[in-house]
Amino acid sequence: MTVDTASPGQRIPVPPHRDTLARRGSISLSRHPRLRLTLMLSAPLLWLGLIYIVALAALLITALWTVDSFTGTITRSWTLDNIITVVTGSLYQTVTVRTVGVALLVTLIDILVALPIAFFMAKVASPRWQRILVIAVLMPLWASYLVKAYAWRSVLSQNGIFEWLVAPFGGETPGYGLPATVITLAYLWLPYVILPVYAGLERVPDSLLEASGDLGGKTWATLRLVVLPMIWPAIIAGSIFSFSLSLGDYITVNIVGGANQMLGNLVYTNVGAANNLPLAAAIALIPIVIIFGYLAVVRRTGALENL
Amino acid sequence: MRLSRLARGILGAVTGVILLVIYLPLMVVLVNSFSTSTSLVWPPPGLTLEWWGRAFQSEGALEAVLTSVQIALIATLVSLVLGTLISLALQRFAFFGREAVSLLVILPIALPGIITGIALNNAFRTILGVQLSIATVIVAHATFCIVTVFNNVIARLRRLGTSYEEASADLGAGLWTTFRLVTFPQLRSALLAGGLLAFALSFDEIIVTTFTAGAGVKTLPIWILDNLFRPSQAPIVNVIAVVLVLVSIVPIYIAQRIAGAEKVSR
Repeated sequence: MTVDTASPGQRIPVPPHRDTLARRGSISLSRHPRLRLTLMLSAPLLWLGLIYIVALAALLITALWTVDSFTGTITRSWTLDNIITVVTGSLYQTVTVRTVGVALLVTLIDILVALPIAFFMAKVASPRWQRILVIAVLMPLWASYLVKAYAWRSVLSQNGIFEWLVAPFGGETPGYGLPATVITLAYLWLPYVILPVYAGLERVPDSLLEASGDLGGKTWATLRLVVLPMIWPAIIAGSIFSFSLSLGDYITVNIVGGANQMLGNLVYTNVGAANNLPLAAAIALIPIVIIFGYLAVVRRTGALENL
Repeated sequence: MRLSRLARGILGAVTGVILLVIYLPLMVVLVNSFSTSTSLVWPPPGLTLEWWGRAFQSEGALEAVLTSVQIALIATLVSLVLGTLISLALQRFAFFGREAVSLLVILPIALPGIITGIALNNAFRTILGVQLSIATVIVAHATFCIVTVFNNVIARLRRLGTSYEEASADLGAGLWTTFRLVTFPQLRSALLAGGLLAFALSFDEIIVTTFTAGAGVKTLPIWILDNLFRPSQAPIVNVIAVVLVLVSIVPIYIAQRIAGAEKVSR
């Protein structure tokens, strides 16, 4: 057995680099950052651009077409009729107001619930409890969305556990309808709001809170003037989830909403039963416009980096 | 700011109540999976193991689980590759249209699922002329899963900086070697966290799936929706939900352990 020991003073020469194709490619890539960037971006941009942007654009175009009422096929003649129907129809206005109202209420509830629990997780709980609580918040995400919505149907039914719990105090279940829809949606999206708010609070250094306290800041003043501005982007990020997910939902409202309809239901029936894709596309423009407006308003807060 | 003992106590109590409300419906699902009643009666009139036995023999359910796992795995792999590429590009380069690209990444999740669903349905069928199949579901899922990987990886890249990569390059490593031995190991846990979320997102997706799945493709959520309102099947759905929640503890725990081990201080 020979051991390769270099005696001091005697240096092992560094072997020269082999001039392989891979090496040359690597060298030219590191000299041309633009080329590197192009190679990196081309695959994801092709995917998102070709699949998603083209699909969205096609949807907008479809909204300008009509369906032949006899054959049920799409006629490719340009018309604004669908858009006019959607903008002026009282059904669409009512449903839009209802849907946006539900989505806003759900978002507000989620933020109000997420703030205390996220604060407790990030700033009060010991590291061990922190980990347990994160798991506890994440775990319901793995229970199927449908099963959870159905569980609320069970909870809020006339013979359900809610009635059973509050009946001794003279209360009764709200039954199926818009309140049940708001409760269920707020429940479903809560983890999506808690997690970004928690992550935002974790990034607030404890030393800042101590500094504020040392300078005489009371608890509320510190929360309002130090913590809130720092976690605002995270709150907005969470709100994008709950708002957008509520805006397009049609399954929860079917399960617990009674006879109420949301925008998603109108889109769904026009794609399926009514077989009127152009009208469905025109209705779909409403949430698209609302979400783009929302994103444009919150873009400046830096929330999009916190999603 | 120093929280008084009372304030900490109140916060703790509020947290406890919120967790109770979070777990109440899940408890109802658990108990209903043992209930002898197939309607939604509380408290259950009696307890039985019948549904648990039947759930594990239900071929439809087991096949649906396999289909969902298959779709979620491939969609996650695609989104891991695309999400990593796009976050490296956005974090390490400044270029024209950078903001537009980052908006493009979050758009599939920021727009409601029904819009992504009908847009892709329309594009597949009328523009591309592709038959809806399992492949179209995978493409659709991968599209909205990119953002979870992107968020995790770009947050990590921001924290890492480029000094290790520069050192590696100075020592003569090529781009690929540097990525393999320096960048990738530092990204590994972020990729795991992002991939896990992407998997969960795909596994539970129903709306986009409804619009992009071919006639024969039954993912677990589609199977559940088909069976939820059938009295003889609804308790089996409860059993499957309970099993999923229990199984999910493992990956979440692992991800938490890795994240906890890497955390320096707060």
